[in-house]
Amino acid sequence: MKGGAITANFRLPKLSYRVWKVWMRDRDVFMKTFKVNFVPPMLEPVLYLLGMGFGLGLFVHDIEPGVSYVQFIAPSLVAIGMMFGSFFECTYASFVRMYYQKTFDAIIATPVNLEEVIAGELLWGATKSLVNSSIVLVIIALFGLVLSPLALLIPPLSFLAGLLFASVAMCFTAVVPNIDAFNYPQFLLITPMFLFSGTFFPITVLPPLTQTIAQLFFPLTHTVALTRNLILGRFELSLLLSFAWLMVATIIFFIVSINLMKRRLIK
Amino acid sequence: MQIRYERETVEPSVLIQAEGLTKKFGELKAVDGINFKVFKGECFGFLGPNGAGKTTTIKMVHCVLPLTSGRLYVAGKSVTEDAREIKSMIGVAPQEDNLDPDFTVLHNLLVYARYFDIPREEATERAEDLLKFLALDEKKNVIIDQLSAGMKRRLILARSLINEPQILILDEPTTGLDPQARHLIWERIRSLKKRGVTVILTTHYMEEAAQLCDRIVVMDYGKIIEEGKPSELVKKHIGEEVLEVPHSEEVEKFLRSSFKDVRTEVVGEKIHVFVNEPRGVFTKILKKFPLKEAVIRDANLEDVFLKLTGRRLRE
Repeated sequence: MKGGAITANFRLPKLSYRVWKVWMRDRDVFMKTFKVNFVPPMLEPVLYLLGMGFGLGLFVHDIEPGVSYVQFIAPSLVAIGMMFGSFFECTYASFVRMYYQKTFDAIIATPVNLEEVIAGELLWGATKSLVNSSIVLVIIALFGLVLSPLALLIPPLSFLAGLLFASVAMCFTAVVPNIDAFNYPQFLLITPMFLFSGTFFPITVLPPLTQTIAQLFFPLTHTVALTRNLILGRFELSLLLSFAWLMVATIIFFIVSINLMKRRLIK
Repeated sequence: MQIRYERETVEPSVLIQAEGLTKKFGELKAVDGINFKVFKGECFGFLGPNGAGKTTTIKMVHCVLPLTSGRLYVAGKSVTEDAREIKSMIGVAPQEDNLDPDFTVLHNLLVYARYFDIPREEATERAEDLLKFLALDEKKNVIIDQLSAGMKRRLILARSLINEPQILILDEPTTGLDPQARHLIWERIRSLKKRGVTVILTTHYMEEAAQLCDRIVVMDYGKIIEEGKPSELVKKHIGEEVLEVPHSEEVEKFLRSSFKDVRTEVVGEKIHVFVNEPRGVFTKILKKFPLKEAVIRDANLEDVFLKLTGRRLRE
């Protein structure tokens, strides 16, 4: 039981099993509203599949050799589910817990320390990514759009990608002056990623500079690439690079976001 | 093996000890080099106007605010080293409502118990007992939103007891409550004290401090400006009685000349007269010179507080 002293200094987070107690708190809240929580992530992909996949898709041919438009975008919807699930959890929802409900203050008065509170929030954000994307995965499978058993690797992938989106989100939560300010990362980061990460058309059609930006800075680009190839049962070497990119970025943003939150909350 | 410095310096009955405790927020010294000791089993009060540094001080005691400098030991352990151990033996009832609005009354306690590693079964048992203790057992399955302010305060108190703390920290436990709820909370605090719990309290209700505290410190601008037992402080600074009469220049002049060591203060329409002499001096003088609408009342902690910290409003 030693340690746990509070410090605002930048350091590698010192975490214990108590992280899961914070995760369990968020899970308990989620389970209370289980039925309501499940509807939006189920409806949204169905609408996109119908509207864009089967509608717009009629006019799009040969987006990739042997891949129909609906097959092309279905995996993107899974990846977008990961991004939305975790990003919104660790921006708006975490901010409400931190600022309005003072939940973090209540928890740090117990043997759980602030680093563990934030880490628990991030793991919960990653879990929301897993939950959301698994729902979408099941739905596109029902439409017959999952072609390979490699798709079974998507839940663990969604946790990793979710942890990254959650950590990026938490960095914004650590610096925004108020909850309305989340509009900025939403329009300047989430919407561009949503459109230009190889989601609805390949990034190869983008101008070279935009393409480079999408590959260097957009987590969703790599998430979509991995998700699509697992679902379509393809492998190419660049996927290892995408996976490595996600791993490294996750580690960096996980550590940075916890430290930024400490800077905000420890005076 | 390293010999631990703190074990040698702390007296056996001292539970909390602060030496030169300082907290700066930027340039502002919220707590400015204070020293105090809290003994095992007592109720210790921090009094002071808003912004005096009371809450900052107790937040350092329960290890959620790092010190700028100085030393602070709780049960012989340093807050800068053994935070987890200290936090596991402290119960905290904060000023603001930070209950979980998504959970019921009972679930709030169970989730909180989990942070202390209390097994589910034991947690349920303790929670049921605590809800009875604070007269909340009928609200067990009610969502927090539907509780009154008084019920929320009682639930926060129940939550602070879930880990069976040795030290209970109450930051303004009855602010904004009606007299019924206030008296119930006072009653419960007394009964916890009887069970041996050490209680630390911040308040700006002087009656609350007088009712509950064995010893108090008065803080202002981050410093401790007075400390002692409430009754002794009243005697020392004010005396036994206070005379209040409607204000006029002549009456004030007359009263000033009637006693040798007199302090008068004009508050609104009235003069307050403090003489620090045994009970009965005011009765005597009023018998000789009856003053209209004169009232003799017992001196109280509020008189001490206002004398020490002044009447100027604090933001």
